[in-house]
Amino acid sequence: MTEIAAVAIIIAIGLTLVRALLGPTLYDRVLAVNSLGTKTVLFIGFLGFVLGRPDWLDIAVLYALINFVSTIAILKFFRYRSFQVPLHRRPVTKTPTEQGGDSV
Amino acid sequence: MSELLDILMFLKPWVGGILCVIGALLALIGSIGVLRFPDFFTRLHAASITDTSAVTLSLLGMAILAPNWLVVFKLAAIWLFIFLTSPTGSHALANAAHTAGLQPVLGRDLRRPDNREEEA
Amino acid sequence: MGYFAGLIFVLAALWLGLSGIYKPLLLILAGISILISVVLASRLETVDREGSPYGRSIPILSYWAWLMVEIFKANWPVIKACVSANLNINPAFVRVKTRCESDLAKTIFANSITLTPGTVTVEVEGNKLLIHALFEEDATPDSFDEMDLRSYRAADGKREEELAA
Repeated sequence: MTEIAAVAIIIAIGLTLVRALLGPTLYDRVLAVNSLGTKTVLFIGFLGFVLGRPDWLDIAVLYALINFVSTIAILKFFRYRSFQVPLHRRPVTKTPTEQGGDSV
Repeated sequence: MSELLDILMFLKPWVGGILCVIGALLALIGSIGVLRFPDFFTRLHAASITDTSAVTLSLLGMAILAPNWLVVFKLAAIWLFIFLTSPTGSHALANAAHTAGLQPVLGRDLRRPDNREEEA
Repeated sequence: MGYFAGLIFVLAALWLGLSGIYKPLLLILAGISILISVVLASRLETVDREGSPYGRSIPILSYWAWLMVEIFKANWPVIKACVSANLNINPAFVRVKTRCESDLAKTIFANSITLTPGTVTVEVEGNKLLIHALFEEDATPDSFDEMDLRSYRAADGKREEELAA
């Protein structure tokens, strides 16, 4: 049964990849890559069960972590054009360009 | 009592496998939605099917198939992590697109907004 | 101090659950890695009510159980829209006011809306939320009222007593 599920996930990944290549705007592509990452987590899990090695779930945990960080990093870069801008937790009055240099 | 246990052990691979297949099919439906929907904001909704129900059902099926409790814990960790991060990622995407001035398709007749291409 | 204890407990549980090998050397390494994580978290000043909200786990977990049912109910119309021949959707922007005051409650409310298929929080300003909905007729401001009330109770209920204690 998990073999069928793995094949279905592969088809889903292919369709998402089509959207990532077609996607008219940047946000469509980021969305497709993010969704593709979630499906990859599921696929690694299924593959581990198909091959009888559920230890592969460690890789799936890692992939879930990296997927989130990469989405946020891409969006941050395209918003501020830099990775050095702190993401403030409280409302700031300064504009993003002014606060760029003071902290990492 | 032991007969009941036997029946449960017989059903276990089938229930787990069917849950996995349903989850994978939901992920497939989510990607079909991501391909078909007319603009970015509506595609976000299709992607959230994958993030919620497909993930939950697949991981539940894998947890039923799992050989020991360590694997169940790892599946639970993945599930918790995806449920904490996927709304944050979706919100960041939607907020970034909205701030950049991407106009959505609105209404039942799906009126096309006049998006300027350089914003994309 | 309770926040630190909660964070250390959760990190230790995570390590023990993910590792599966309980030899003395690995347990010492686990202690060192937990210590480093806690020091880093306290340097980032994230160990507070938001960063380690484990004191409220019981109301938050019961809220989560209710939310799961809502998510599965909301999945159905979106799945139907994905596979139907003519896209039967009616996207719209909706503005919703929330009664949540603390950042934790607002985060829980906004994330619940985003998790529910068919609605996505686009912007949060003060106590107003801008929501993009896939079906305009289902996303009236009243339909978010129960979720708002429940997330307020989960994160902020009896908060005055907690602050006084």
